[in-house]
Amino acid sequence: METSQFEIDLGNLFAFNPHHQFSSLPSSREELVKECLEKGTELVQAIANTLFNLPSTEDVDGPLVKLPPPTTRLPREKPLPKPKPPTKWELFAKARGIKNRKKDKISYDEPTGTWKRRYGYDRANDEENIPIIEAKITDEPGEDPFAKRQADKKKRVEKQDKNRLQNLKQAAKVGALPSHVQLAATALPITGTQTAPKKVTKDELVSVAGIAASATASGGKFDKKLPGEKPAQHKGKYRKFLPVVEGKGIGSQEKEQTEKVLNKLISKNSHEILNVDKAVTMYNVKKEKRKNQKGKSSATSSKLKPNTKPHKKSANKGSSSSKKGSSSSKKGSFKKTKAN
Amino acid sequence: MLQVKTPKKGRVRRALEKRAPKLVENGKKTLILHGTKTSGVLNAVLTEIYNIKKGSAVKFSRKNENIKPFESGGETSLEFFSQRTDCSIFVYGSHSKKRPDNLVIGRTYDHHIYDLVEVGVENFKRMESFAYDKNLAPRIGSKPMIAFVGEGFENVEELKHLKEVLLDLLRGEVVENLNIAGLDHVYVCTSISSNRVFLSHCGLRLKKSGTAVPRMELVEVGPSMDLIVRRNRLPSDSLRKEAMKTAREQPKKKLKNVSGDSIQGKIGKIYIPDQKIGEMALPNKAKGIKRERREAKLKDQDNGHASKKQKENRA
Repeated sequence: METSQFEIDLGNLFAFNPHHQFSSLPSSREELVKECLEKGTELVQAIANTLFNLPSTEDVDGPLVKLPPPTTRLPREKPLPKPKPPTKWELFAKARGIKNRKKDKISYDEPTGTWKRRYGYDRANDEENIPIIEAKITDEPGEDPFAKRQADKKKRVEKQDKNRLQNLKQAAKVGALPSHVQLAATALPITGTQTAPKKVTKDELVSVAGIAASATASGGKFDKKLPGEKPAQHKGKYRKFLPVVEGKGIGSQEKEQTEKVLNKLISKNSHEILNVDKAVTMYNVKKEKRKNQKGKSSATSSKLKPNTKPHKKSANKGSSSSKKGSSSSKKGSFKKTKAN
Repeated sequence: MLQVKTPKKGRVRRALEKRAPKLVENGKKTLILHGTKTSGVLNAVLTEIYNIKKGSAVKFSRKNENIKPFESGGETSLEFFSQRTDCSIFVYGSHSKKRPDNLVIGRTYDHHIYDLVEVGVENFKRMESFAYDKNLAPRIGSKPMIAFVGEGFENVEELKHLKEVLLDLLRGEVVENLNIAGLDHVYVCTSISSNRVFLSHCGLRLKKSGTAVPRMELVEVGPSMDLIVRRNRLPSDSLRKEAMKTAREQPKKKLKNVSGDSIQGKIGKIYIPDQKIGEMALPNKAKGIKRERREAKLKDQDNGHASKKQKENRA
């Protein structure tokens, strides 16, 4: 058995035999399974040969072996995490060469003369714990120093929150937001729903100016121009009429034009100005239609009856005193009796 | 104005951090689900896959509508499930006249479909139909060995793809240290023809061979089945390139309590917990050494050093 012809990836405990091929497919299922397992056993043996020869350490449960990393490249399930961008303070500290110093967890508390925690509950040198604030000359009259102390602290906390948010926003921009942090908008941003206004180009400005100019009676012809402004371009055609009065040059153009059109029409259809066959059939068709209408008139009128409404009929009567209106009303009454 | 939202509980934060992208990833989880119609065979296949992947698999037992992995728009709910369950491999079963006993095995990258392989299942044999010594039954979560046999896996594109997907599905977690005594099962995949693969799950019996390496013997423990390759979809090159990225340097574990320089060499700090002499059990309990008495005495002596500040009544 040659292990060299197998591909072995010890990190995944995976072996691959790329050379095997069924010369002839076994007839029965059992034989097939048997052959497959045989080939599989060879591979497993090959894995075991390399595995058992790795340096091992004895453990209570059995020999422990350090596996090499897998060699078969498989895709990740999530993208690589992105490095966090430095905060504004970190940038500043780097520029100034400021380095973090470790501080003791405990510091000396002067008012009590004992050692206390530096931060947190019952901390050393707690500003808020001072019951009496001595008045100074610089103090403004009418100001509560205790309230001021509280307000100052509130301001400091707010500032810190603002800075934190700013840094988180920067991190979110590059996609390096910590996984447990979520930035959510408290209110819908006004600009969020609209696209940012575009910068207006020169051409657009010119066209807008042109439209505005057209509002004057002269179409902007006599408007005062700014230095460098060109006259408004008029796109689209003006309709031009030729003089109807006969004369020379332009005066004769109108006649020429109409003659030209007329000639064209007449010359084109000169040989079939009157199509006798068509005229005859048209005449016949019309005649037949007329006949039909006369014959059917009684039948159709009865059919149309339900469509005529009583109130409409009365309106007709009022508005039109023609024979037609009266006749229709008569027809309506006739129908009514019939229906009854 | 933006608001910073952070979890209120540490447990939630830890759970979120577990899901976050990492330099070295934890093993892929498998989502097992089926469509609106399945067959008895398919139900059994999905349950058995769940059983052999137990510990790193999530199985949905209800019907799922609108899942069509190969069609555009049919993958939205799959991607949603992948995000919800944090699974990056899915096995989707469906049964239709056109494609009976259909299994779609796919992987996701960043909760979006990465690649897909569709196989049909034939000649399925359940775990229960195999008779073997129960001592050989593989334990849940043990690292399997995987063997692929046949030139088809190298020459035929579809099989090559199937090999990669099956390896990802079956390999389990990547481990650094392995207990050799814990090796107990093998997956054997053989390419029978250009579109047919025989997949079998075997137990391992170690026999003495006279050398340090024992002789391996495979015992089928099931399930076993034939997979017929139907459709597949490979990832686009750019996506593959992105997904194959690996961290150049492994993250270093923080070394604590060790310091040193060239002069002193390596110095380690050792912390010894406080010896609680007061709580030590004594052979005889005399009245004088009882804890309450001692403490009461101390209290009488000085009422000062209370570690916690006492509440003052402010007038």
